[in-house]
Amino acid sequence: MIANFGFGVLFITFLVTVYSVFAAIYGDRRQIPAMVESARRAMLLTWPLLTLTAGVLIYLLVNNHYEVQFVYEVTSRSMPTYLKVTAWWGGQAGSLLFWSWLMSAFASLVTLRKWDRDREFLPWVIVVACVTMAFFIGMNVFFENPFAQLYQTTAGIEPHTFHPANSILFTPQDGRGLNPLLRHPGMIIHPPMLYLGFVSFVIPYAFAFAALITGRTDDRWIRLTRRWALWAWLFLSFGLVLGSRWAYDVLGWGGFWGWDPVEIAAFMPWLTGTAFLHSVMIQEKRGMLKHWNMLLVILTYDLVIFGTFLTRSGVLSSVHAFAQSAIGPLFFGFIGLTLITSVALIIYRWNSLKSETVMTSMLSREALFLLNNLLFMSILVVCFWGVIFPLISELFTGQKVTVGPPFYERATAPLFAALMLLMGIAPLSAWGHSTVKTLGRSIWKPTIGAVVITALLFVTYTHHIGALIGFFLIALVILVTIYEYLRGAYARQKGQGENIFTALWTLTGRNRRRYGGYIIHLSMMLMAIGIIGIESFQVETQGRIGVGESLKLSNYTVTYRELASWDDQPKGVNYTRAVVDIYRNGIYLGQLHPRRDYYYDSQQAMTIPGERATLRDDLYVLLIDWEPASTTGATFKIFVNPLINWLWLGSFIFLAGIIIAAWPEKEMERVAVPVRRTIQQTSAAD
Amino acid sequence: MKALYSSQSLPITDPKLLLAILFALFLGFIANFTASAQGPTPTDDEVNRIAKQLYCPVCESTPLDVCPTEACRQWRDLIRTMLSDGKSEAEIKQYFVEQYGARVLAEPPNRLVAYLVPAVAILLGALLLFRGFRMWMKPSITEAGAVKPDAKPSQDPYVARLEEELKKRK
Repeated sequence: MIANFGFGVLFITFLVTVYSVFAAIYGDRRQIPAMVESARRAMLLTWPLLTLTAGVLIYLLVNNHYEVQFVYEVTSRSMPTYLKVTAWWGGQAGSLLFWSWLMSAFASLVTLRKWDRDREFLPWVIVVACVTMAFFIGMNVFFENPFAQLYQTTAGIEPHTFHPANSILFTPQDGRGLNPLLRHPGMIIHPPMLYLGFVSFVIPYAFAFAALITGRTDDRWIRLTRRWALWAWLFLSFGLVLGSRWAYDVLGWGGFWGWDPVEIAAFMPWLTGTAFLHSVMIQEKRGMLKHWNMLLVILTYDLVIFGTFLTRSGVLSSVHAFAQSAIGPLFFGFIGLTLITSVALIIYRWNSLKSETVMTSMLSREALFLLNNLLFMSILVVCFWGVIFPLISELFTGQKVTVGPPFYERATAPLFAALMLLMGIAPLSAWGHSTVKTLGRSIWKPTIGAVVITALLFVTYTHHIGALIGFFLIALVILVTIYEYLRGAYARQKGQGENIFTALWTLTGRNRRRYGGYIIHLSMMLMAIGIIGIESFQVETQGRIGVGESLKLSNYTVTYRELASWDDQPKGVNYTRAVVDIYRNGIYLGQLHPRRDYYYDSQQAMTIPGERATLRDDLYVLLIDWEPASTTGATFKIFVNPLINWLWLGSFIFLAGIIIAAWPEKEMERVAVPVRRTIQQTSAAD
Repeated sequence: MKALYSSQSLPITDPKLLLAILFALFLGFIANFTASAQGPTPTDDEVNRIAKQLYCPVCESTPLDVCPTEACRQWRDLIRTMLSDGKSEAEIKQYFVEQYGARVLAEPPNRLVAYLVPAVAILLGALLLFRGFRMWMKPSITEAGAVKPDAKPSQDPYVARLEEELKKRK
């Protein structure tokens, strides 16, 4: 009964979104403001309605209503309440609803703002938001109903939305329980962050679409949405980092990124989003690349849809899975439709999107930003090809293949290196005009610094050529960024008579996006240290040892002390925990407790590593196997992951950088237009 | 070419000699085989080195060395057995490909197609961008209303601009 109520509300929400789409289009075409207002109010209604739907689902999840298929699949009696709530996004049907719910919240937020200056955009922003919502809610209503209930029919137990004839409701005693991998705190926050990033990228797309339809193709849409795009990027980035940390802590393979299609699905909109954040500045400052920015935001939107679809469905694993899945073709149809419509609109508005200025130098800031875009798009091409290649291969040759990390690493490494080089050069180039001479004058000092650092690393740390190239680039970017920062602060100090700290503070406060961006660059380099560390220097060993015996790896010695196994009945988990002593160069450092958690309800195990983290390296010990009858011998796998913690350190600074860049800045709106003129005329660095 | 012909015309015409050579080769093979079969059991690291390069035929996107399933444990044991039987890394990989198809390999066997398509796409993109640059930089495009940039940067443009901008924002 309650489930039916939930489904009813969901269905009404679907109708409301469809109504909103038609009302907005009709109101705009016939110039009836009341109709557009009605569409807006209808859209505002979706959030309370979806909140009610979600409330019903959470009620069912928390109260063990296992007659509901979704509840049966993702929860069990032994799960604590908070996990039952977060199980909402632990399965396909629930996560689609979660997506729609977030989308409706963002869409409502957007329509609550003042629209006086942009009234003509409103109906089309509503159309895009509501078409997207209608699609996702429609998926829930017609294909992935989270409220479907289990019925005992003559054919067996089947899920149905409505009570079929000659059947009785079937209520299992207990649910199957959430996949233990999804019970980790990282996995509880990771999907919401990713989805927040996903849905907030819909807003810039909605405005771009509105600009194309209405023909108001100046940069107003960009000014209105740039902060949205930054916040979207923040959420998406945070989601990706959390996902990596989760993989590192839970998946037990000693790495943080496996180039899995699901990871790549979330990474692809991040790539286009990052390219967009850069290229949008060219439009703001120079009035160029209007077509390209439109295209980037459209691509990001469609990759968001693609990513949402890929994350849970797993249908790209084979042609058959894709063909059999009801939602696969629909998702592709939707992506195709939105892509074609949007691109057709760009072509229709081609002339009004022409550049206002011309490119004057291959070394100007805008030219380098374009190169940056090329590199991001190249990485996207590699990722996209890698994800769809198995499908294409199976379709044309019948051969199932895997595209694993070696492909991605080989193909993207030079592209990432080129990006880093660009990150070192671009901050020193000027908008409009730069020459080899002007660039050279600024870059030679940081370059010498980077060469010295690399030489020192060669002597003291490594002879690995790839890693040394990476470290050189990192050093260059860090030095250039600091140099650029200090140069600005010094100029202020001289001009305004401020001390250096006040100068640094004011500089950042006055141009948050630029200096926030620099902090992001710096953090990226810290993250790169971690990535190069683990990719180039990771070592591992595995062996079976008895109590008191040791395994040696790098400078570490791991000695097996004891093993205990016990049941936690209320949680329905069996823990097997080993205790190992660790030594570095013979010096005792402490104990680690690698363990294996076995969940009775879902019959799945989770390998939790024992980790000792320092900035130098991570000692990562896994309990692989042990003697069931006695505790004499156990198999351990040990990784030493050099420098990996720089990745996590960098990600904190990264978040700080984005928050600085995205922080609301009232002045910006006011001075936006004059600043652009000034910049075009003076053509100095920004 | 000459060498090839001369090697082909080696005087192994005597069937007895040929048989003796073959027998000696066979003995050598047996000796080699038994020696390796009697060798020490391969370590976990040796097994993992190969397992790492293979993908679990059952679970998706999981290398065989880290897959926790029972099936994968058996496959790792199989690798160990094959190693102790003297099989080479290539032979073991080939065996898995024959048994479970090319998807057990971390990369598609037809690498050319896998790498060529993105490479061509990227080159095309670069070409397009380069053409775009050249088109933009043609002076004839400078239309009325477009602001001509300063060809000659001032003495210290950065400092001047920065100050000017900061003053404006005050």
